[in-house]
Amino acid sequence: MLAKRIIPCLDVKDGRTVKGVNFVDLRDAGDPVELAWQYSRQGADELVFLDITATHERRKTTVELVKAVARQVNIPFTIGGGINELADADTLLHSGADKISINSAAVRNPALIDQLAMAFGIQFVVVAVDTRRVDGRNYVHLNGGRLTTDIQTEDWIKEAESRGAGEILLTSMDHDGTKNGFDCDFLMKINGELSIPLIASGGAGNKQHFVDVFRQSSVDAALAASVFHYGEILIPDLKGELRQHGIEVR
Amino acid sequence: MTGIINYGAGNIFSLTAALDRLGIPYGMVNITSELAAYDRIIIPGVGHAGTAMRKLQESGLADCIGQLVKPVLGICVGMQLLTAYSEEGDSVLLDIIPLKTLHFEKRIVGKVPHMGWNKVFHQNQCQIFDNIEKDAYFYFVHSYFIEYHPAFTAASTQYGLQFSAAVQKKNFYGVQFHPEKSGEAGERLLLNFSNLH
Repeated sequence: MLAKRIIPCLDVKDGRTVKGVNFVDLRDAGDPVELAWQYSRQGADELVFLDITATHERRKTTVELVKAVARQVNIPFTIGGGINELADADTLLHSGADKISINSAAVRNPALIDQLAMAFGIQFVVVAVDTRRVDGRNYVHLNGGRLTTDIQTEDWIKEAESRGAGEILLTSMDHDGTKNGFDCDFLMKINGELSIPLIASGGAGNKQHFVDVFRQSSVDAALAASVFHYGEILIPDLKGELRQHGIEVR
Repeated sequence: MTGIINYGAGNIFSLTAALDRLGIPYGMVNITSELAAYDRIIIPGVGHAGTAMRKLQESGLADCIGQLVKPVLGICVGMQLLTAYSEEGDSVLLDIIPLKTLHFEKRIVGKVPHMGWNKVFHQNQCQIFDNIEKDAYFYFVHSYFIEYHPAFTAASTQYGLQFSAAVQKKNFYGVQFHPEKSGEAGERLLLNFSNLH
């Protein structure tokens, strides 16, 4: 049986991790490659790097980062942030990225999903969706949740799948940062309508939240950032807890 | 030294990075005459089996691979190329191992692609699994699978059905998962292959 995946997410700016990282035994807490290596040693199943570099030098630093991670880390990883065209994705693929994640660029130009899937295969294309509830309905939000759209999240995810997304990374803005648990009901609804893998994101605060999201919404993977970076949840402990609840993990 | 078939089928950076980490020397095989320089051959592959086969034919390598007596390892689509046929693009392949590559869709109720870590049960004392646990997890990403066959399946995995996670026929080996992305078990497998003669 396919194991449920645990995915730490690293925010990277100008080649360095941002947001607090509070690991023991780290020589350099800002080095994404060292962090990636530590996570792979702890039993993370996959990694996501979100590049939030704004400068025009970004492409160069991102490519260097991807190459360095691919050289040293023996688990799959996804890179997201600032991928707007085929050429960006092509460079990242040939630098060793296993998947790319696209978000706002896909909403603005949905055909980008088709083009990427056609050129590189659907397994390479993760469509990340930021969702927030407005008057009882879920709407797609852009630019890290700051910009609202009139696109209903369910509709957009179905369209992304039909255009060739290989996986959906769904972040609930209402839950993100609260540490009150994942949006299990909505994730369950979306998961029931999808025939590609779904990664849950937003709200992880303790180990029970991971048990709940896998049990209640049957998602394929769960992603979190700060609970891992600050050492609040250690991946071996989390996997032990999941195993005790009969959830298959590696 | 290990030769990597370089026929432009997707990314090989991850594979060469893994070999570098393990200290396994390698070089690239672009044309037929370069095959002789290596002790063993890896056929990588990501993408469409039909497209990969066409590129292999254009390079002239397709006609020579089947004649090799040195160890050959196909990875993912590189493994599927060893079979007779793929439903992907209705493609005729190398037919070194007389099995078919089939689509998961309509055969299982689970999600496609089969993406993530799954247990691999090796059998028949296949040497590339030496010192690897009987039920080790490896990382898979694929929508097409090679059917199970008691003689040619070297390791099997369950995903809605039982399929060949690895195949072997004489000196020809294939793995459906990505050893270069499968943690320590994957590295062990690459080392085992690099020790074959």
